[in-house]
Amino acid sequence: MVSQEMNRILDDAGKHGWVMEPEAKRLFSLAGMDIPRFCWARKAEEAVGFAEKAGYPVVGKIVSPRVVHKTEVKGVAVGLDSPGKIEEAFLRFSRVEGFAGMLVEETLSGLELIVGARVDLQFGPVVLLGIGGTGVEIYKDAALRMAPLEERDVKSMVQGLKARRLLEGYRGKEPVHMGELTRLLLTFSSLVMEIHPRIESIDLNPVFAAASRVSVGDARIMLKK
Amino acid sequence: MDLKPMFKPRTMAVIGVSLTNERHPANVIYNKNNLRQQVEVFAVNEKGGVYQGEQVYRVISEIPKKMDLAVIATRAETVPDMMADCIRAGAGGAVVISGGFAEVGKKDLQESLVSMARKAGFPFIGPNCVGVYSPPSVDTLFIPGERIVRPGPGKVALVSQSGGILVDHLIRFWDEGVGLSMAVSIGNKALIREMDLLNYFASDPDTEVISFYVEGFGENEGRDFVLAAARCPKPVIVLKSGKTAGGSRAVSSHTASLAGDYEVFSAVLSQYGLVEARDESEMISACEALSCYRKPIEGRLAIITGSGGHGAQAMDACISRGLTAPPFSDAVREELGKQVSEKIQGIASFGNPVDLTGSAVDDDFVQVARYLSKREEVDCLLLLLLPYLPGVTSDLGARLSMTYRQERKPMVAYVPHVEKYNMLIEGFQLNGLPVARSIGEAVQMAESLRRFQRW
Repeated sequence: MVSQEMNRILDDAGKHGWVMEPEAKRLFSLAGMDIPRFCWARKAEEAVGFAEKAGYPVVGKIVSPRVVHKTEVKGVAVGLDSPGKIEEAFLRFSRVEGFAGMLVEETLSGLELIVGARVDLQFGPVVLLGIGGTGVEIYKDAALRMAPLEERDVKSMVQGLKARRLLEGYRGKEPVHMGELTRLLLTFSSLVMEIHPRIESIDLNPVFAAASRVSVGDARIMLKK
Repeated sequence: MDLKPMFKPRTMAVIGVSLTNERHPANVIYNKNNLRQQVEVFAVNEKGGVYQGEQVYRVISEIPKKMDLAVIATRAETVPDMMADCIRAGAGGAVVISGGFAEVGKKDLQESLVSMARKAGFPFIGPNCVGVYSPPSVDTLFIPGERIVRPGPGKVALVSQSGGILVDHLIRFWDEGVGLSMAVSIGNKALIREMDLLNYFASDPDTEVISFYVEGFGENEGRDFVLAAARCPKPVIVLKSGKTAGGSRAVSSHTASLAGDYEVFSAVLSQYGLVEARDESEMISACEALSCYRKPIEGRLAIITGSGGHGAQAMDACISRGLTAPPFSDAVREELGKQVSEKIQGIASFGNPVDLTGSAVDDDFVQVARYLSKREEVDCLLLLLLPYLPGVTSDLGARLSMTYRQERKPMVAYVPHVEKYNMLIEGFQLNGLPVARSIGEAVQMAESLRRFQRW
């Protein structure tokens, strides 16, 4: 399942110790996971060009090997609905340390989940599903399983979340597409089983879970030192 | 490696018996086995001589019989030579009591034992352990015979990294009336580790429940252990110490922060249907409950009580442990009403909990238990029995046990544990049904039945 191209992404990121969002997303996309349409723009014009094609509004995010947590440097701009706003965000990001371009992507919505993996000393690769977003470490609402996952594990992980009713369609909202969520987690789990000797942990946060699709909003792979 | 000869030995050499120091561990082990256990014991000391009127052999190979087990209790640096002697003499295995190995930084010394044993296919427990408690064959715990508290024979096997904890557990088991098949302390677990003992007890006909006190597993060892435990048809209970991370570690991802070592441990155990005991009391009650029933439940309880307060407390405990007590339909309530004696029909309540009131008699409890045992919506009965109620007799335990035998629906009872109620308690225990000392413990027992799962 892990293609040469996927291995190359991991090889190239070795010097930074982690795989930045555009490359991580390309890797997960190659593995068959749902990734929003995006472009890694090195110039403001490229970003605008992408938005013209994909449709406004778009999301802009800083790409820098020095920035692991983008929100902490105000490196995420949402609701960019004009060329002017895109150029403004690009200019602002370009002043941040290690600036290597801007990731522009279609705007997604849905319940913000976290899907993650870690290689545990005693149990090897484990997979996590929880309530995501920037408050992830405040809610601490997550379920863990030893990989590889089976379908029944996904079901019981959802059942194990305090916020499971948010996934089941709370107060008139449509429920999250369980088939897509299951597919994403199972694909992720098999990928993790293959690349775990090379990784320390993976965060997919947020994963946007909606009624029609479950898509990876942000991705980061921390490589084994 | 075959562990059976060393766990059920007929002959045993104790290496390191002192002719001058009666309190030497080797002497304690020699004496208690000589006097109290069935194994035939031989003393070994390089100086030879006579001890307790018996010959002391200079080396194990001098003993005219083949030894099933050798206990080595000499200074650490002499242990490799002693083990080499054991292997040459064709002994079945060894328990290395001696300390002074990896636990004090002497990893090479320990490694020399392991490589020697691997090469020879020679099993040994330890080093730095108290060894094996396997009555009536053998007991290598170096605690004088008169000081040790011995649980009765039973179906639970106990494995502990720590010797101190193991002895403490023996006391608790005795106190709770839970029987043991065997107990092993594995100390530094240089060669024989949790996994080997899991495999041994999985096929040991005397053992129904396997319980581990674990401080930690080696790299990926936890993975192999849970996968093996999930294949084992017997319940596996694990009590883990060191749940809190020592010191802070730098964490670079959200996943690493949410998935700490203990969180992973706990989640993986439950994923594979192992029963995690969160503390010592949970471990004992899980051992008791699971040695009575091996059938997993979902945890839909029927609570039967003679007091509304007890029912309400049990309900609270059920909810906090993720168990349910499903409300009964009108039809079931009506049927329940018909099961009980006329004088309580108007005062008892037949929801769930079923409160039969202080006026109930034995027959009421038995009839209700029998009726609810047949209902699909419940998979376990929680019986809160108050022996001081005028209509309750000491027969009730035995009568409810009979109901279990006929209906096969698991029951967990709570009976206050004071001496004068012993006959009621024994009515359950002698029939192999679990009895708790508190409402909370009874609910905990039911929860341990639910934690045990096989897919």
